[in-house]
Amino acid sequence: MVIRTQGLSFSFGNQQVVKSLSLEVPAGSIYGFLGPNGAGKTTTIKMLLNLLQASEGSIQIFEKDLQTNRIEILKQIGSLIEQPAIYQHLTGKENLMNRAMLLQVSEERVNDMLNLVQLTSAAGKRAGQYSLGMKQRLGIALALLDDPKLLILDEPTNGLDPNGIIEIRELMMRIVKEGKTVFVSSHLLSEVEKMATHVGIINHGKMMFQGTITDLQNISQPHIYIETDNSVDAANLLKRNQIDIAEVEANHLLVPFLSTQQMGTINTLLVQNGITVYTINKQYKDLEKLFLDITKSN
Amino acid sequence: MKGFLLSFGSEFYKTRKTLGFWGSIILPLAITLLAFVAIYSKSDHFANKPGMMVWIQFSMISLGSMGTLLLPIYTIFVAYSVNNVEHKADTWKTLFSLPISRWAVYGAKYAYAFFLLTMCMALFTLLNIGFGNLLGVIKPELKFSEYHMELQLAQVFFKLLLSAMGILSIQFLLSLLWSDFLKPMGLGFVATVTGVILATNDWKYAYLFPYAQPMAAIKSMIKHQRGPADHFEINVFTQDVYVSLIIAVIVFFAGYVIVQKRSVK
Repeated sequence: MVIRTQGLSFSFGNQQVVKSLSLEVPAGSIYGFLGPNGAGKTTTIKMLLNLLQASEGSIQIFEKDLQTNRIEILKQIGSLIEQPAIYQHLTGKENLMNRAMLLQVSEERVNDMLNLVQLTSAAGKRAGQYSLGMKQRLGIALALLDDPKLLILDEPTNGLDPNGIIEIRELMMRIVKEGKTVFVSSHLLSEVEKMATHVGIINHGKMMFQGTITDLQNISQPHIYIETDNSVDAANLLKRNQIDIAEVEANHLLVPFLSTQQMGTINTLLVQNGITVYTINKQYKDLEKLFLDITKSN
Repeated sequence: MKGFLLSFGSEFYKTRKTLGFWGSIILPLAITLLAFVAIYSKSDHFANKPGMMVWIQFSMISLGSMGTLLLPIYTIFVAYSVNNVEHKADTWKTLFSLPISRWAVYGAKYAYAFFLLTMCMALFTLLNIGFGNLLGVIKPELKFSEYHMELQLAQVFFKLLLSAMGILSIQFLLSLLWSDFLKPMGLGFVATVTGVILATNDWKYAYLFPYAQPMAAIKSMIKHQRGPADHFEINVFTQDVYVSLIIAVIVFFAGYVIVQKRSVK
């Protein structure tokens, strides 16, 4: 395991924000650390970087205790926590050069990083004038500068446009192919599903689920959302045709999604039996619903 | 040690375009230039006075202004500016998650603030000597060339530097803990005014109050001596300077203990 925590807890005053968290992040994985805002993700990340001292529990990174091997461990980690920390009065390149000086990295590597995050043309511009997306990309370049074995990113796609999000996702996948590990937090289930190989879900500081993406997909199966002129008749018709119904409401019904062909079959069936279909689409569960399902399955 | 040197280099790189850095150059340049213009424009008044007198008149413009308000305020500003770079950019979290010990990061930052203060005082010394001699050349009636007090000037500015160390440590810690401008600056300013009042009123224990020490240092600089008044000696290590250094060392280490245990938000 690249990261292993046991019984990790943290309190701000009387408020316990992380409760006995046990993380297991395998080598070579993209570990999606999922949870709503305020769930304790950033606090956990700060403990992994030794910025916050855990009130209880232990942290092992690269199979070594973080407390006693801080510098050795931090040498192999690149991180981006919350908003990128950037000196606004320096240019993008100067920000990287400053970090390169501290990490003893060559200027060539700085230029490579600028190229990687597509900031070469804006390298001489003051970072204070960068857009949020550019700052986020510079933050990622800073995190990748020392070619770390473990990359810890806290909501890296925040503020990025769709193209930027895709770029970051592809970048992470590329990094993992080089044998590295990525620990990435997000509050968006759909985002994590698209890139993660492993997932940990946290809510109110407690780990609610941890496993592979396949394990999660078994719980978070999408649904087919159907709106018709008569939900009850539609539900009965589908049941008679051996189609499972997940939920029936006055104005809609939900059917577990199996395939797009199945969606077509249901649509045809309803129309051929005189039921008017207003809407039929595939729907992903939101985090709240997923939490309910996880609680039920536990 | 390597981490310390790398951090120190980075401090220079980060602040080389800020007022915090340029202030250390502009302040001595502006004040000594002002002193130069003042003496030059009133050269008739100072003409043919003894060399020692003109040197004292000239250098007291810098020493007087620094010894009263400017040095404490400038020290407060330096301490604020080296920490504010990180507060403003929200970079404490990245600084403390680098593979460099907290001791090196904290020590280098403090050392850099000390370096800025030292540079400022060194420039005061050099510019006073330089401009004094220049005045002597362009206005020969000013007898600058008849007397030499390079050593005394260096000693006085060194004494001032040491007397500001207590303020530096206290303000450095306050600026590190508080991200806003008003708290450390406001507190420092009030303390400075109090210090000036205590020192000007010759309060018996003013030397124990860090913010009164630069002024106390100026007051205690002349060694009491017998004999002709055609030369004087500087007493660098006086009671106020020792107290300033003791406070500086204690607060510096206390600050490190706080930084070591403190969570980085």
